[in-house]
Amino acid sequence: MISLTSPVKTCAHDWPAGGKLLALCVASLALFAARDLWVQVGAAFGVLLLYTLPGQVFLWHGMQRLWPLWPFVAVLVAWHVATGVPHEGALIALRMLSAVGLANLVTMTTKLGDMMAVVNWLLRPFARFGINLRAIELAAAMVIRFTPVLAQKGSALALAWRARSAKRAGWRVIVPFMVLALDDADRVAEALRARGGFEVDKN
Amino acid sequence: MSMERNVALIALFTALIAALGLIPQLTLAFGVPITAQSLGVMLCGTVLGAKRGGYAALLFVGLVAIGLPLLAGGRGGLGLFTAPTAGFLIGFPVAAFVTGLVMERLRGLPVGWAAGIASVFGGVVALYIFGIAGLAIVLDRSAIEAALLVTAFIPGDLIKAVFAGLITAALFRARPHSVLSRS
Repeated sequence: MISLTSPVKTCAHDWPAGGKLLALCVASLALFAARDLWVQVGAAFGVLLLYTLPGQVFLWHGMQRLWPLWPFVAVLVAWHVATGVPHEGALIALRMLSAVGLANLVTMTTKLGDMMAVVNWLLRPFARFGINLRAIELAAAMVIRFTPVLAQKGSALALAWRARSAKRAGWRVIVPFMVLALDDADRVAEALRARGGFEVDKN
Repeated sequence: MSMERNVALIALFTALIAALGLIPQLTLAFGVPITAQSLGVMLCGTVLGAKRGGYAALLFVGLVAIGLPLLAGGRGGLGLFTAPTAGFLIGFPVAAFVTGLVMERLRGLPVGWAAGIASVFGGVVALYIFGIAGLAIVLDRSAIEAALLVTAFIPGDLIKAVFAGLITAALFRARPHSVLSRS
Protein backbone atom coordinates (compact mmCIF):
# COMPACT_ATOMS: atom_id res chain seq x y z
CA MET A 1 0.00 0.00 0.00
CA ILE A 2 1.24 3.49 -0.76
CA SER A 3 1.99 5.70 2.21
CA LEU A 4 1.53 9.44 2.54
CA THR A 5 5.20 10.09 3.22
CA SER A 6 6.75 12.64 0.87
CA PRO A 7 8.50 11.38 -2.27
CA VAL A 8 11.29 13.87 -1.56
CA LYS A 9 13.60 13.03 1.33
CA THR A 10 14.15 16.03 3.58
CA CYS A 11 16.39 16.55 6.61
CA ALA A 12 13.19 16.49 8.73
CA HIS A 13 12.90 12.78 7.91
CA ASP A 14 15.81 12.11 10.28
CA TRP A 15 14.42 14.09 13.21
CA PRO A 16 12.91 11.95 15.99
CA ALA A 17 9.20 11.30 15.35
CA GLY A 18 8.26 11.87 19.00
CA GLY A 19 9.86 15.33 18.95
CA LYS A 20 8.00 16.28 15.76
CA LEU A 21 4.68 15.14 17.25
CA LEU A 22 5.29 17.07 20.48
CA ALA A 23 6.23 20.20 18.51
CA LEU A 24 3.07 19.77 16.41
CA CYS A 25 0.89 19.61 19.56
CA VAL A 26 2.48 22.75 20.99
CA ALA A 27 2.23 24.62 17.67
CA SER A 28 -1.44 23.62 17.19
CA LEU A 29 -2.37 24.78 20.69
CA ALA A 30 -0.53 28.06 20.09
CA LEU A 31 -2.35 28.59 16.78
CA PHE A 32 -5.74 28.11 18.41
CA ALA A 33 -4.80 30.44 21.30
CA ALA A 34 -3.57 33.31 19.08
CA ARG A 35 -6.44 35.73 18.43
CA ASP A 36 -4.41 38.29 16.51
CA LEU A 37 -4.75 38.37 12.71
CA TRP A 38 -1.13 39.35 12.10
CA VAL A 39 0.17 36.47 14.22
CA GLN A 40 -1.90 34.12 12.04
CA VAL A 41 -0.65 35.76 8.83
CA GLY A 42 2.93 35.30 10.08
CA ALA A 43 2.27 31.68 11.05
CA ALA A 44 0.71 30.91 7.67
CA PHE A 45 3.74 32.39 5.86
CA GLY A 46 6.02 30.37 8.15
CA VAL A 47 4.20 27.15 7.25
CA LEU A 48 4.32 28.03 3.54
CA LEU A 49 8.07 28.66 3.86
CA LEU A 50 8.54 25.21 5.45
CA TYR A 51 6.76 23.68 2.45
CA THR A 52 8.88 25.56 -0.10
CA LEU A 53 12.26 24.75 1.51
CA PRO A 54 12.51 21.11 0.24
CA GLY A 55 11.75 22.16 -3.34
CA GLN A 56 8.99 22.23 -5.90
CA VAL A 57 7.96 18.55 -5.87
CA PHE A 58 7.50 18.61 -2.10
CA LEU A 59 5.53 21.87 -2.27
CA TRP A 60 3.26 20.46 -4.99
CA HIS A 61 2.53 17.26 -3.02
CA GLY A 62 1.88 19.25 0.15
CA MET A 63 -0.49 21.70 -1.52
CA GLN A 64 -2.45 18.82 -3.06
CA ARG A 65 -3.17 17.57 0.46
CA LEU A 66 -4.46 20.99 1.52
CA TRP A 67 -6.66 21.45 -1.55
CA PRO A 68 -9.71 19.61 -0.05
CA LEU A 69 -10.03 22.47 2.45
CA TRP A 70 -11.15 24.99 -0.18
CA PRO A 71 -14.93 24.58 0.43
CA PHE A 72 -14.41 25.50 4.09
CA VAL A 73 -12.32 28.53 3.17
CA ALA A 74 -15.06 29.57 0.73
CA VAL A 75 -17.80 29.18 3.37
CA LEU A 76 -15.77 31.12 5.96
CA VAL A 77 -15.00 33.97 3.59
CA ALA A 78 -18.59 34.18 2.30
CA TRP A 79 -20.02 34.10 5.81
CA HIS A 80 -17.72 36.74 7.27
CA VAL A 81 -17.97 39.09 4.33
CA ALA A 82 -21.77 38.81 4.58
CA THR A 83 -21.76 39.53 8.32
CA GLY A 84 -19.31 42.42 7.93
CA VAL A 85 -16.32 41.01 9.84
CA PRO A 86 -13.96 39.85 7.06
CA HIS A 87 -10.81 40.02 9.21
CA GLU A 88 -12.30 37.45 11.60
CA GLY A 89 -12.97 35.11 8.67
CA ALA A 90 -9.40 35.57 7.46
CA LEU A 91 -8.10 34.76 10.94
CA ILE A 92 -10.09 31.51 11.22
CA ALA A 93 -9.31 30.41 7.65
CA LEU A 94 -5.57 31.06 8.05
CA ARG A 95 -5.52 29.29 11.42
CA MET A 96 -7.23 26.25 9.89
CA LEU A 97 -4.83 26.15 6.91
CA SER A 98 -1.75 26.50 9.14
CA ALA A 99 -2.92 23.83 11.60
CA VAL A 100 -3.72 21.31 8.85
CA GLY A 101 -0.56 22.29 6.96
CA LEU A 102 1.70 21.67 9.96
CA ALA A 103 0.11 18.33 10.82
CA ASN A 104 0.41 17.32 7.18
CA LEU A 105 4.12 18.25 7.25
CA VAL A 106 4.70 15.82 10.12
CA THR A 107 2.92 13.04 8.22
CA MET A 108 4.91 13.81 5.06
CA THR A 109 8.30 13.69 6.81
CA THR A 110 7.78 10.72 9.15
CA LYS A 111 8.07 7.10 8.06
CA LEU A 112 5.28 4.70 9.05
CA GLY A 113 7.69 2.59 11.11
CA ASP A 114 8.86 5.61 13.13
CA MET A 115 5.25 6.63 13.78
CA MET A 116 4.40 3.09 14.93
CA ALA A 117 7.37 3.14 17.30
CA VAL A 118 5.97 6.31 18.95
CA VAL A 119 2.51 4.72 19.30
CA ASN A 120 4.13 1.64 20.81
CA TRP A 121 6.07 3.82 23.28
CA LEU A 122 2.89 5.73 24.22
CA LEU A 123 0.91 2.52 24.78
CA ARG A 124 3.61 0.69 26.73
CA PRO A 125 2.56 2.01 30.17
CA PHE A 126 -0.94 0.63 29.52
CA ALA A 127 0.41 -2.90 28.97
CA ARG A 128 0.25 -3.55 32.71
CA PHE A 129 -3.49 -2.77 32.65
CA GLY A 130 -4.03 -5.67 30.28
CA ILE A 131 -3.56 -4.05 26.87
CA ASN A 132 -1.89 -6.61 24.61
CA LEU A 133 0.61 -4.61 22.55
CA ARG A 134 1.47 -7.55 20.34
CA ALA A 135 -2.20 -8.04 19.48
CA ILE A 136 -2.46 -4.35 18.46
CA GLU A 137 0.70 -4.57 16.33
CA LEU A 138 -0.51 -7.75 14.69
CA ALA A 139 -3.96 -6.27 14.05
CA ALA A 140 -2.36 -3.19 12.46
CA ALA A 141 -0.21 -5.37 10.21
CA MET A 142 -3.26 -7.44 9.26
CA VAL A 143 -5.24 -4.32 8.29
CA ILE A 144 -2.39 -3.16 6.04
CA ARG A 145 -2.30 -6.61 4.42
CA PHE A 146 -6.06 -7.14 4.13
CA THR A 147 -7.29 -3.74 2.97
CA PRO A 148 -5.98 -4.19 -0.61
CA VAL A 149 -7.12 -7.84 -0.58
CA LEU A 150 -10.66 -6.89 0.46
CA ALA A 151 -10.75 -3.95 -1.95
CA GLN A 152 -9.82 -6.32 -4.76
CA LYS A 153 -12.45 -8.89 -3.72
CA GLY A 154 -15.05 -6.13 -3.50
CA SER A 155 -14.16 -4.85 -6.99
CA ALA A 156 -14.37 -8.41 -8.34
CA LEU A 157 -17.85 -8.80 -6.79
CA ALA A 158 -18.99 -5.50 -8.26
CA LEU A 159 -17.69 -6.56 -11.69
CA ALA A 160 -19.39 -9.96 -11.40
CA TRP A 161 -22.64 -8.11 -10.66
CA ARG A 162 -22.25 -5.90 -13.69
CA ALA A 163 -21.61 -8.93 -15.90
CA ARG A 164 -25.09 -10.22 -15.02
CA SER A 165 -27.14 -7.08 -14.56
CA ALA A 166 -27.75 -3.90 -16.47
CA LYS A 167 -28.07 -2.07 -13.16
CA ARG A 168 -25.20 -0.83 -11.02
CA ALA A 169 -23.98 -2.95 -8.11
CA GLY A 170 -25.54 -1.21 -5.13
CA TRP A 171 -25.69 -2.01 -1.45
CA ARG A 172 -26.71 -5.64 -2.17
CA VAL A 173 -23.15 -6.50 -3.15
CA ILE A 174 -21.96 -5.55 0.35
CA VAL A 175 -23.64 -8.66 1.86
CA PRO A 176 -21.50 -11.27 0.00
CA PHE A 177 -18.56 -8.91 0.48
CA MET A 178 -19.00 -9.08 4.26
CA VAL A 179 -19.54 -12.84 4.20
CA LEU A 180 -16.15 -13.10 2.46
CA ALA A 181 -14.56 -10.88 5.12
CA LEU A 182 -16.09 -12.89 7.98
CA ASP A 183 -14.93 -16.19 6.49
CA ASP A 184 -11.45 -14.72 5.97
CA ALA A 185 -11.42 -13.71 9.64
CA ASP A 186 -12.23 -17.27 10.70
CA ARG A 187 -9.45 -18.69 8.55
CA VAL A 188 -6.94 -16.11 9.81
CA ALA A 189 -7.88 -16.89 13.41
CA GLU A 190 -7.33 -20.61 12.78
CA ALA A 191 -3.99 -19.92 11.13
CA LEU A 192 -2.94 -17.76 14.09
CA ARG A 193 -3.87 -20.49 16.56
CA ALA A 194 -2.09 -23.14 14.51
CA ARG A 195 1.09 -21.05 14.81
CA GLY A 196 0.83 -20.75 18.58
CA GLY A 197 -1.38 -17.64 18.59
CA PHE A 198 -1.16 -15.32 21.55
CA GLU A 199 -0.53 -18.13 24.01
CA VAL A 200 3.18 -17.80 23.20
CA ASP A 201 3.27 -14.40 24.91
CA LYS A 202 2.25 -15.79 28.28
CA ASN A 203 5.48 -17.74 28.74
CA MET B 1 -14.20 -16.56 22.16
CA SER B 2 -10.51 -16.99 21.52
CA MET B 3 -8.16 -14.02 21.50
CA GLU B 4 -7.05 -14.97 17.97
CA ARG B 5 -10.61 -14.81 16.60
CA ASN B 6 -11.21 -11.48 18.35
CA VAL B 7 -8.09 -9.92 16.84
CA ALA B 8 -8.78 -11.38 13.39
CA LEU B 9 -12.39 -10.11 13.37
CA ILE B 10 -11.42 -6.63 14.57
CA ALA B 11 -8.61 -6.38 11.97
CA LEU B 12 -10.84 -7.65 9.15
CA PHE B 13 -13.58 -5.15 10.00
CA THR B 14 -11.05 -2.32 10.14
CA ALA B 15 -9.90 -3.40 6.67
CA LEU B 16 -13.57 -3.56 5.64
CA ILE B 17 -14.17 0.09 6.63
CA ALA B 18 -11.11 1.03 4.58
CA ALA B 19 -12.08 -1.15 1.59
CA LEU B 20 -15.61 0.31 1.51
CA GLY B 21 -14.03 3.73 1.04
CA LEU B 22 -11.65 2.54 -1.68
CA ILE B 23 -14.00 0.69 -4.04
CA PRO B 24 -15.36 3.27 -6.48
CA GLN B 25 -17.99 0.85 -7.84
CA LEU B 26 -19.65 0.69 -4.44
CA THR B 27 -21.06 4.20 -4.35
CA LEU B 28 -24.58 4.10 -2.99
CA ALA B 29 -27.84 4.83 -4.71
CA PHE B 30 -29.68 8.18 -4.95
CA GLY B 31 -26.42 10.04 -5.47
CA VAL B 32 -25.47 9.80 -1.81
CA PRO B 33 -22.58 12.25 -1.85
CA ILE B 34 -20.24 10.38 0.46
CA THR B 35 -18.91 6.85 0.23
CA ALA B 36 -19.92 3.71 2.06
CA GLN B 37 -17.22 4.32 4.67
CA SER B 38 -19.55 5.49 7.45
CA LEU B 39 -21.77 2.52 6.53
CA GLY B 40 -18.74 0.38 7.44
CA VAL B 41 -18.61 2.06 10.86
CA MET B 42 -22.30 1.31 11.45
CA LEU B 43 -21.77 -2.33 10.40
CA CYS B 44 -18.90 -2.66 12.89
CA GLY B 45 -21.37 -1.93 15.67
CA THR B 46 -24.32 -3.92 14.35
CA VAL B 47 -22.25 -7.04 13.56
CA LEU B 48 -19.40 -7.07 16.10
CA GLY B 49 -21.25 -5.41 19.00
CA ALA B 50 -20.22 -2.42 21.11
CA LYS B 51 -16.77 -3.41 22.35
CA ARG B 52 -15.27 -5.16 19.34
CA GLY B 53 -16.95 -2.75 16.91
CA GLY B 54 -15.54 0.21 18.85
CA TYR B 55 -12.06 -1.34 18.78
CA ALA B 56 -12.26 -1.91 15.02
CA ALA B 57 -13.20 1.73 14.37
CA LEU B 58 -10.56 2.92 16.87
CA LEU B 59 -7.89 0.90 15.04
CA PHE B 60 -9.05 2.48 11.78
CA VAL B 61 -8.72 6.01 13.20
CA GLY B 62 -5.34 5.16 14.74
CA LEU B 63 -3.97 3.87 11.44
CA VAL B 64 -5.26 6.95 9.60
CA ALA B 65 -3.50 9.10 12.22
CA ILE B 66 -0.11 7.45 11.75
CA GLY B 67 -0.32 8.13 8.03
CA LEU B 68 -2.07 5.27 6.22
CA PRO B 69 -4.26 6.52 3.34
CA LEU B 70 -7.33 4.54 4.44
CA LEU B 71 -9.99 7.25 4.23
CA ALA B 72 -12.13 7.55 1.11
CA GLY B 73 -10.16 9.12 -1.73
CA GLY B 74 -6.88 7.81 -0.32
CA ARG B 75 -6.69 10.44 2.40
CA GLY B 76 -4.93 10.00 5.71
CA GLY B 77 -2.39 11.55 8.07
CA LEU B 78 -2.41 13.94 10.99
CA GLY B 79 -3.74 16.88 8.97
CA LEU B 80 -7.21 15.31 9.08
CA PHE B 81 -7.25 15.71 12.85
CA THR B 82 -6.99 19.50 12.74
CA ALA B 83 -9.26 19.86 9.68
CA PRO B 84 -12.90 21.03 10.07
CA THR B 85 -14.13 17.46 9.54
CA ALA B 86 -11.90 16.05 12.32
CA GLY B 87 -14.90 15.50 14.61
CA PHE B 88 -16.44 12.99 12.24
CA LEU B 89 -13.22 10.98 12.13
CA ILE B 90 -12.65 11.14 15.89
CA GLY B 91 -16.30 10.18 16.37
CA PHE B 92 -16.01 6.94 14.37
CA PRO B 93 -15.10 4.72 17.38
CA VAL B 94 -17.83 6.27 19.52
CA ALA B 95 -20.35 5.86 16.69
CA ALA B 96 -19.47 2.16 16.32
CA PHE B 97 -19.60 1.67 20.09
CA VAL B 98 -22.99 3.38 20.50
CA THR B 99 -24.38 1.44 17.50
CA GLY B 100 -23.25 -1.82 19.10
CA LEU B 101 -24.60 -0.81 22.50
CA VAL B 102 -28.08 0.01 21.15
CA MET B 103 -28.00 -3.17 19.01
CA GLU B 104 -27.27 -5.27 22.10
CA ARG B 105 -30.12 -3.57 24.03
CA LEU B 106 -32.66 -4.27 21.24
CA ARG B 107 -32.50 -8.06 21.38
CA GLY B 108 -36.29 -8.22 21.41
CA LEU B 109 -36.58 -6.72 17.91
CA PRO B 110 -35.88 -8.49 14.59
CA VAL B 111 -32.20 -8.13 13.58
CA GLY B 112 -32.84 -5.78 10.65
CA TRP B 113 -34.95 -3.32 12.62
CA ALA B 114 -32.61 -3.40 15.61
CA ALA B 115 -29.58 -2.78 13.35
CA GLY B 116 -31.31 0.07 11.52
CA ILE B 117 -32.39 1.82 14.74
CA ALA B 118 -28.97 1.23 16.34
CA SER B 119 -27.26 2.73 13.27
CA VAL B 120 -29.38 5.87 13.54
CA PHE B 121 -28.38 6.36 17.19
CA GLY B 122 -24.69 5.50 16.66
CA GLY B 123 -23.86 6.27 13.06
CA VAL B 124 -26.00 9.39 12.77
CA VAL B 125 -26.81 10.95 16.19
CA ALA B 126 -23.56 10.13 18.02
CA LEU B 127 -21.38 10.72 14.93
CA TYR B 128 -22.95 14.10 14.15
CA ILE B 129 -22.56 15.28 17.76
CA PHE B 130 -18.81 14.78 17.36
CA GLY B 131 -18.74 16.07 13.80
CA ILE B 132 -20.66 19.25 14.61
CA ALA B 133 -18.51 19.86 17.70
CA GLY B 134 -15.40 19.57 15.52
CA LEU B 135 -16.76 21.99 12.92
CA ALA B 136 -17.80 24.45 15.63
CA ILE B 137 -14.31 24.40 17.20
CA VAL B 138 -12.20 24.61 14.03
CA LEU B 139 -14.40 27.15 12.21
CA ASP B 140 -15.14 29.09 15.41
CA ARG B 141 -18.94 28.96 14.90
CA SER B 142 -21.78 28.20 17.29
CA ALA B 143 -23.02 24.61 17.37
CA ILE B 144 -26.23 25.61 15.55
CA GLU B 145 -24.36 27.33 12.72
CA ALA B 146 -22.05 24.34 12.41
CA ALA B 147 -25.06 22.00 12.35
CA LEU B 148 -26.55 23.97 9.44
CA LEU B 149 -23.42 23.24 7.39
CA VAL B 150 -23.93 19.49 7.58
CA THR B 151 -27.72 19.11 7.47
CA ALA B 152 -27.48 18.34 3.74
CA PHE B 153 -25.61 15.12 4.57
CA ILE B 154 -28.06 13.80 7.18
CA PRO B 155 -30.60 12.28 4.72
CA GLY B 156 -27.76 10.34 3.04
CA ASP B 157 -26.60 8.98 6.38
CA LEU B 158 -30.16 8.01 7.33
CA ILE B 159 -30.35 6.02 4.08
CA LYS B 160 -27.07 4.35 5.07
CA ALA B 161 -28.63 3.37 8.40
CA VAL B 162 -31.47 1.67 6.48
CA PHE B 163 -28.85 -0.16 4.38
CA ALA B 164 -26.98 -1.15 7.55
CA GLY B 165 -30.21 -2.72 8.82
CA LEU B 166 -30.88 -4.59 5.56
CA ILE B 167 -27.27 -5.79 5.27
CA THR B 168 -27.08 -6.94 8.89
CA ALA B 169 -30.37 -8.85 8.51
CA ALA B 170 -29.10 -10.58 5.34
CA LEU B 171 -25.79 -11.36 7.04
CA PHE B 172 -27.65 -12.84 10.01
CA ARG B 173 -29.37 -15.22 7.58
CA ALA B 174 -26.08 -16.16 5.87
CA ARG B 175 -23.79 -16.43 8.92
CA PRO B 176 -25.92 -16.35 12.10
CA HIS B 177 -22.97 -17.17 14.37
CA SER B 178 -20.88 -14.34 12.99
CA VAL B 179 -23.35 -11.63 14.01
CA LEU B 180 -21.76 -11.39 17.44
CA SER B 181 -24.13 -8.72 18.72
CA ARG B 182 -26.78 -11.46 18.69
CA SER B 183 -24.82 -14.42 20.01
